[in-house]
Amino acid sequence: MMNPYEMQRARIVRIYRLTDDVKFFQVRPYMGTEVCELNYRPGQFMMISLPGIGEAPFSISSTPSRPGLYEFCIRKVGRLTEKIFELKENAVIWLRGPYGNGFPVEQMEGHDLLIIMGGLGAAPLRSLLLYALDNRELFGKIYLLHGARTPDDMLFREEFLELMHRDDLVCLLTVDRDDTGRWPAYTGVVTELFRYVKGIDPKNTYAAVCGPPVMYKFVVEKLVELQIPKNQILMTLERRMKCGIGKCGHCAIEYIYTCLDGPVFTYWDVLHMKELI
Amino acid sequence: MRVIKLDKTKLVEYLRSLEEWGEVWGPVRKGEKFVFAKKDPSEFDLTARRTILPPKKFFVPPRFTMFSYRDGRWEEEFDESRRIIFGLHPCDIFGILILDRLFMEHYPDPYYIKRRKNTAILGFSCLPDEKCFCIATNTHSVEEGFDLFFSDVEGEFYLVWVGSSLGDDLTRIREDLFDEDVTEEDIERYIEWRRKRDKMFKTDLDLTGMPEIVEISYKRPIWEKIGEACLSCGSCSMVCPTCNCYNVVDENVFYEERIKRDRHWDSCMFKEYSLVAGGHNFREKRSDRLKLFYTHKLTGFMSQFGKPACVGCGRCVDACPVGINVPNVAKALKGEKVDAIWARGEE
Repeated sequence: MMNPYEMQRARIVRIYRLTDDVKFFQVRPYMGTEVCELNYRPGQFMMISLPGIGEAPFSISSTPSRPGLYEFCIRKVGRLTEKIFELKENAVIWLRGPYGNGFPVEQMEGHDLLIIMGGLGAAPLRSLLLYALDNRELFGKIYLLHGARTPDDMLFREEFLELMHRDDLVCLLTVDRDDTGRWPAYTGVVTELFRYVKGIDPKNTYAAVCGPPVMYKFVVEKLVELQIPKNQILMTLERRMKCGIGKCGHCAIEYIYTCLDGPVFTYWDVLHMKELI
Repeated sequence: MRVIKLDKTKLVEYLRSLEEWGEVWGPVRKGEKFVFAKKDPSEFDLTARRTILPPKKFFVPPRFTMFSYRDGRWEEEFDESRRIIFGLHPCDIFGILILDRLFMEHYPDPYYIKRRKNTAILGFSCLPDEKCFCIATNTHSVEEGFDLFFSDVEGEFYLVWVGSSLGDDLTRIREDLFDEDVTEEDIERYIEWRRKRDKMFKTDLDLTGMPEIVEISYKRPIWEKIGEACLSCGSCSMVCPTCNCYNVVDENVFYEERIKRDRHWDSCMFKEYSLVAGGHNFREKRSDRLKLFYTHKLTGFMSQFGKPACVGCGRCVDACPVGINVPNVAKALKGEKVDAIWARGEE
């Protein structure tokens, strides 16, 4: 019998430090020597475990359109992530998944995209962003709105600063505060970036939002103001999970499980399911 | 369904004969209460009311090892023992049917399925006490989910319903003890017994309309009131036949040079239940945690599986030290003044 709790051995290929407490891990499953297609969707997550420490869910930050590696963006916040931070390149970690619904990328094709991220919300949304850029002809206009406290806190700062030079997307980056004096983009909160969002067709737009709980309320207000349909405003949520497969109960919200029915929900879901955000 | 008869004086002999198939477990007295235990069938108490723990303990034990990690590899660990559980009441069989849907559909759980496939379910009829409310959840009569079901109607025989191919095999272990001849009189007795049982229910609980009532009650102050009384002890989830939440922990077993990954019961009443890394707690307040429990019991499963996840066994009535239980919460939501909830702090 297939055991859905069984883990797959994987190797950390490279580690980059993104901020003081966030590292970026490129991970390669043991599957022979070829570069393998990894079958997942932007917005899905995986369970990562270390023997003797435990297991927890992490968003996938990479895109399936770039095969061979899973990428994870991990903040040091607890016992497991502290241990993951101690690992060196070439260390073994254990994976299972991918889990969750992910973004409905097929439905999103042919639409304009607004991708709005704050803080660690960049982890799942980078997957969607890169997927859309790799399949650029399938989508309409693409806007990236990304907010962080300071330039030092901005995840994927260098990668996203590069995107500012591309003419097939509008990359709007902002920080609450810039002490360096060298920040080349905006200052202010992420909602202030909406004034630069122009020429989208709201009924034909999907918005994807992920960030700290406090961000949703203000961002969603702006999106509703723009008249984007409520079922086209997507958000990806965080919950405690012990299984990822709808059994352990921790991520239950009313009658749904975040791990099976989410983590991507629409604003309409949020309106009729009281506890989502 | 094949229905046969067993002479009441032959029950112990029959159950002993089943030991050739697997361990035989049944209800035995423990103080003032009952538990399922592996004992000689002569010790089984046929008057047993609800056991302290429901039969879920056979399929998802309170704590068990899922994997052992040694020499750089994870090895699965399964319980392969064969068990016969005698004396399950209809509510408990319904409870198992609900767990079946959760653990056997959509990412089938091999730990549950192995134990379930190696367990024979032998139901036994019962008469309600003042805590039973299975008539309100419509789980007082059972037509599936058992291998054999013994109906204790008045007279010298049990009527034995054969519910599965395995059940049929089990009757053939001692075919000589059974009688195929169910008479008109037996059938009349059974119908009369049912009528008598249905009249014995003391509960006036009416769960119709609960999903809408829970839905519309989301912000009512009653939840705060219940929250003030709740001790967050988790007893309700431990004894509930359909509660299945679990936690997973790794433990170093130094002297065996292995790490084990264990799964143990958890409760949504515990404060850490919805805590995520970084310290955000999605259900900081007791009232929020109670809301989850009761939404899940009374409405949640309705959308998922078409029936409530409460089987009316009365264990929460027995277990909660402050009187928070399905009948009281449902009644309070329906506008009745339930003392356990509303009288608190007003004495």
